[in-house]
Amino acid sequence: MHEMGIAMEIIKIVTDSIPKHLKNPKVEKINLKVGKLAAVVPESLRFCFEVVSQNTPAEGALLHIEEIPVNAMCQSCSYSWTAIEPVFICEKCNSGSVDLLTGRELDIVSIEVEEDG
Amino acid sequence: MEVKLVKKVLSVNDTMAQQNRQFFLEKKVLVLNMMSSPGAGKTAILEKTIKRLLPEIKTAVIVGDICTTNDADRLIKTGVPVVQICTDQFGGDCHLAAHVVRNAASDLNLDHVQLLIVENVGNLVCPAEFDIGEDVRIVVLSVTEGEDKPLKYPLMFRVCDAALLNKTDLLPYLDFDKETVLKNIRQIHPDMPVFELSAKTEEGFSDWIEWLKNEVEKKRYE
Repeated sequence: MHEMGIAMEIIKIVTDSIPKHLKNPKVEKINLKVGKLAAVVPESLRFCFEVVSQNTPAEGALLHIEEIPVNAMCQSCSYSWTAIEPVFICEKCNSGSVDLLTGRELDIVSIEVEEDG
Repeated sequence: MEVKLVKKVLSVNDTMAQQNRQFFLEKKVLVLNMMSSPGAGKTAILEKTIKRLLPEIKTAVIVGDICTTNDADRLIKTGVPVVQICTDQFGGDCHLAAHVVRNAASDLNLDHVQLLIVENVGNLVCPAEFDIGEDVRIVVLSVTEGEDKPLKYPLMFRVCDAALLNKTDLLPYLDFDKETVLKNIRQIHPDMPVFELSAKTEEGFSDWIEWLKNEVEKKRYE
């Protein structure tokens, strides 16, 4: 529901990261990592990005979203697994003390930027 | 050319939240972020909670709502300082962000306040993602909602430190299976305390109030 705000943050970070020496920079691709547990719907993010990137160097850029699975580790027996469902109880020892190692990412990994003609 | 960044999209909010946390630590005030879906009974719980905390625990409230000052009007009657944030002024947001909480907190004199309650916008999705610099997060679920809410909104139930199951006075009239909802909560967050209560009858309030007072106490000596 807050994908619009997230899209605006992405545009800001991306625009600030464009090397200053480039003339007429055009961002071709933005590589993102989005965890499965992050409250972000990739399709909504793409839609919002398309809208808010207009008239910015990121207009038309491809949003490449790598979805990161939810990896959990048991604090009691150190067993680790990939959670397919939101069940955070150790599959091995039934302990409820579980750390979530991944799955909440919402990161910009890199951008690909070129000079426009 | 490729430019490596590895930057959190919400880093601006996260940084601001850390500054809030430092500010609240200096003030020795426990900040509680209360979240739920719309209509779960956050305001009613707060009315009764504040009444039981006073005068022992000086409390202040920040209320986030998309529109209207109805919730703030109700809470002002408890006698504690209340600041209303209408997120409409900030673009109709679905959550409170750290800078919004900071601005609201600066309207309060926190010098003698021990507990600052932030009643977030009614929404089980977005507020879970935005750190506001709080110490504890509470999710309210009412028995008029589905038993599967924890499974539908796992992040919310995972990031919270306690859950309040509200409107238990209605249980005899509903098909709601309490054991199922408790099981679902435990799947997501096995160690989280769940307080079953009714804001209408105040049944079950004493355990919740005791837990809350204990959290305030811990913060005072942090």
